[in-house]
Amino acid sequence: MNTIKKYAGLLWIILGPLAIHYLLQTAKSEMAKKPGIDTQIQWGVFITVFYPIAIGFILFGLYALEGNYDHLPEDSSQLDDYEAKPL
Amino acid sequence: MSNEISTKGIWKVIGASSLGTLIEWYDFYIFGSLAVVIANQFFPKTNPTAALLSTLATFAAGFIVRPFGALVFGRLGDLIGRKYTFLLTLVLMGLSTFLIGCIPNYDSIGFLAPILVLILRLIQGLALGGEYGGAATYVAEHAPANRRGYFTSWIQTTATLGLFISLGVILLTRHLLDADQAKSIAKFNDWGWRIPFLISIVLVIVSIYIRLKMKESPMYAKLKSEGKTSINPLKESFGHKANLKMVLLALFGATMGQGVVWYTGQFYAQSFIENVCKVDFDQSRTILIWAILFATPFFVVFASLSDKIGRKWIMIAGMLLAVLSYNFLFTQLYNIADVKDRIEITAMKEIKTTTAVIKNSNDTLRKVAVKTFYEDGMSMTQTKIDTAYSTSGKTTLKPTVTISKTINSSDYWKMVAIVFILILYVTMVYGPIAAFLVELFPTKIRYTSMSLPYHIGNGVFGGLTPFIATLLTTIYTDNKIVGLMYPIIIATLCMIIGAIYISNKVNKEVNA
Repeated sequence: MNTIKKYAGLLWIILGPLAIHYLLQTAKSEMAKKPGIDTQIQWGVFITVFYPIAIGFILFGLYALEGNYDHLPEDSSQLDDYEAKPL
Repeated sequence: MSNEISTKGIWKVIGASSLGTLIEWYDFYIFGSLAVVIANQFFPKTNPTAALLSTLATFAAGFIVRPFGALVFGRLGDLIGRKYTFLLTLVLMGLSTFLIGCIPNYDSIGFLAPILVLILRLIQGLALGGEYGGAATYVAEHAPANRRGYFTSWIQTTATLGLFISLGVILLTRHLLDADQAKSIAKFNDWGWRIPFLISIVLVIVSIYIRLKMKESPMYAKLKSEGKTSINPLKESFGHKANLKMVLLALFGATMGQGVVWYTGQFYAQSFIENVCKVDFDQSRTILIWAILFATPFFVVFASLSDKIGRKWIMIAGMLLAVLSYNFLFTQLYNIADVKDRIEITAMKEIKTTTAVIKNSNDTLRKVAVKTFYEDGMSMTQTKIDTAYSTSGKTTLKPTVTISKTINSSDYWKMVAIVFILILYVTMVYGPIAAFLVELFPTKIRYTSMSLPYHIGNGVFGGLTPFIATLLTTIYTDNKIVGLMYPIIIATLCMIIGAIYISNKVNKEVNA
């Protein structure tokens, strides 16, 4: 399972930029098709919101590829004992 | 965290937390449910579509600011405690809702009106962003670990019940303002829409009174007495890989899919029935009301089950069922209201034409309403509004045409059954999510850590579902159910990630 987790990470890393590209292309074509402030606001909101999420998705893929999800905390006591290490 | 926490007084905790959260959801939903009425009141009427889109954008803004509310109030909740933070969110929500009901309309104060509405809507979004995480954390920290799903499920019902109450209050107000129904609806559209906003203040005052009497969560109080609370919850939540990886997993492996399933089942379904199937205003809402009433107990059923078999597979199953059946179920909704194969009773056809002179001109506004009856009991009213110009040769280029269908009893209950199934999926993905999120993060940064993925998943991915789905139907006009592409893709991705990466934790003392 850990191997699948790691290699799937590659897929998420690729999907992130693809999603951004698709979003930008659709926004561009829709704004050209229906010029106007409404369309600009609408797509502006979509890009502003989904762009950082796509970056987060790439980061998620990177963590998966590095094996950070190979072992997750088993119970609540592990969580409360947790000492976070800086990035 | 042990299973030894006493359940004594837990119902008081659940009652007080749930009531406040319920009111917050009610406040938040009345705005969305009255989008068209609000558009007419606060946005320039020159272009009705633009007005509606503006309101929807405001609606979306309400959802987009939710993650920021999660950060602001989550941090506060981890720094000063759960109790005072979710008291603050309740006050903010109640006041902004009340004030929306007080703002003069666009005709009275011009552009200040939509600006004020937008600002108050943003405050509502911020407050909601802080409320849910606080309530879920507060209840979970009072509950024994082996029954956390069950006890937090009561908080989970509040979002759906808030919608239920908002729809109920709107329908009642719409019909009780005058003995003549047409006049009552006209009054509602004119000023009666303010009532649901104004009565919120009474509910909020009651809830604040109850919440003031509550004590701090025992886990948080213990941390505080030991001096172990977080100094910088934002840094600890998102600046450290150990926790950030769990935040990302919660978002992409659970809340993202849960959000789209929730909003498709409850909001897009109602919008689809009203705007695509063209079922009339009251019926499209009462269908949802019945479905919610029948499905709500399943939040408790599935959350309780998740205490026994784990949260993961119940949520994954909900997403899988949604992905596999959405196209079929929405096609059925469309077919139920389709008039294509129905037999018309031509003798009963009614055509009613009314005209009204447009102020300061010689032109008249012409309204032609054609009511068609069908053998199976369905009726359809097609209303065409155009301008009859006094200048010869001048014609309305594009008359406004609206269609409203009243479906028969059998079709009505078929629609209720389909929406019930859609909400059943919601109960599977949403019922266990509070317990799931609470268990993913440590007490000292729990409020901050769980609030962000919850509100990005629900606010951004979920909240934008009706908007993006409607947008897709305007891009691909020949496919009535193309809007489902968005929730299906998101839920599929989330389901795969959840199945691969999330562990299915089951507390060994679950039956103790």
